[in-house]
Amino acid sequence: MSLSPTLSSRFAMKYIDEYRDETTALRYVEAIRRTVTRPWTLMEICGGQTHTILKFGLDRMLPADVTLVHGPGCPVCVTPVELLDKAIAMASRPEAIFCSFGDMLRVPGSHQDLLMTKAGGGDVRMVYSPLDALKLAQQNSDREVVFFAVGFETTAPANAMAVWQAWQMGLRNFSILSAHVLVPPAIEAILSAPGNEVQGFLAPGHVCTVMGYWEYEPIAERYQVPIVVTGFEPLDILQGLYMTLKALEEGRPDVENQYSRSVQREGNAQAQQLIRQVFEVTDRAWRGIGVIPQSGLRLQEEYADFDAERRFDVAEMAVEESPECIAGLILQGRKKPLECPAFGIRCTPEHPLGAPMVSSEGACAAYYRYGQRTTDW
Amino acid sequence: MCLGIPGKIISIEDNPLGVPMGKVSFGGIIKEACLAFTPEAQVGDYVIVHVGFALSRLDEEEAQQTLEALAELEELAEEQGEPLTYTLQ
Repeated sequence: MSLSPTLSSRFAMKYIDEYRDETTALRYVEAIRRTVTRPWTLMEICGGQTHTILKFGLDRMLPADVTLVHGPGCPVCVTPVELLDKAIAMASRPEAIFCSFGDMLRVPGSHQDLLMTKAGGGDVRMVYSPLDALKLAQQNSDREVVFFAVGFETTAPANAMAVWQAWQMGLRNFSILSAHVLVPPAIEAILSAPGNEVQGFLAPGHVCTVMGYWEYEPIAERYQVPIVVTGFEPLDILQGLYMTLKALEEGRPDVENQYSRSVQREGNAQAQQLIRQVFEVTDRAWRGIGVIPQSGLRLQEEYADFDAERRFDVAEMAVEESPECIAGLILQGRKKPLECPAFGIRCTPEHPLGAPMVSSEGACAAYYRYGQRTTDW
Repeated sequence: MCLGIPGKIISIEDNPLGVPMGKVSFGGIIKEACLAFTPEAQVGDYVIVHVGFALSRLDEEEAQQTLEALAELEELAEEQGEPLTYTLQ
């Protein structure tokens, strides 16, 4: 069972409910309205924040001068199709048990997705945690258990811990297919692209819970943009927007921390230590965007035995993408889902052309799900 | 994918490798979470849990500050004679 944000609508949840108060939200909107004197374009990096914005209609509550564009913070969406095709090839092997977060299962590869691979006889399992995959490896010593390690810095400590525990236990039948990506290089890629219009960022609160926010300080200074570390509930996002807009109006390219109940400047030292022990930084291709230097994580040489790409001899394949899908532009905030001619017609969650339509953090999925309905207060 | 849910630690016990694991309650639903990255967290504390791992112990004082920041804004607005009342335009 996965824990979804809707849980809190059924149970009282401390640290969630109090950040969903509509009256307070409306007062924040008023404070924003009084602060803004000219047009500004802001980007929220994280797809989870995109969903909160659409779910609660925050974009429609803001003054017309404030434009929100949606960022690349959907790890499933940016996982390159080459890697997904490799995952599908591994999952099709009779000796393999292929484990993945549920989000990845319906993302289209060149010819099929992982769910179709499962329907065709592949042993594909949806797991909640990499530790579930580790347990499967312990219980099935005659099978090769592969975990699809997709994620940003938030997920890296969990995946590092799974590899470290496998190494400690001498588990020979566990490996990961790493598609790990990093946020700061992506922000730099967006800011340095010709024609960039983003003037301020909401930085992702859970990435910064792990990594801290000192990495963002040189970026804010170099590009003269405010960056505010922000949480995921409606009041968090409204306060993050207020802080970013106030910094812009006052001409302060500062890094500030709205999500201070979880984030410290230096981040989580224990988590960072294990990430560094198990992973190293590498160049990484982002689906729809291209290679961003030093933007990914791969296993350190010492842990190379746990690298699924080394364990399975999967040849490079020619990849195919839908020619109509504009996911790359969506993920860079250059287009919004409603500007795509295929949106809702030839591309739906049932028949997706690209990953942002099926991932729970995809911008297209958010517009499809919340676009036609009243908000969720 | 970066979804993190706040939950309350109910109990803590080491696994066979000596890694601390906890039972964490999310509004009454209990799940196991690895506490290796939050060694300071005690039973009764709230932690942010992501894919079965606690990533931070939530700071009650800081949490209150987010909620109180608006109150300060409102006091300022009232002093200036323009209370922050939202009206649909």
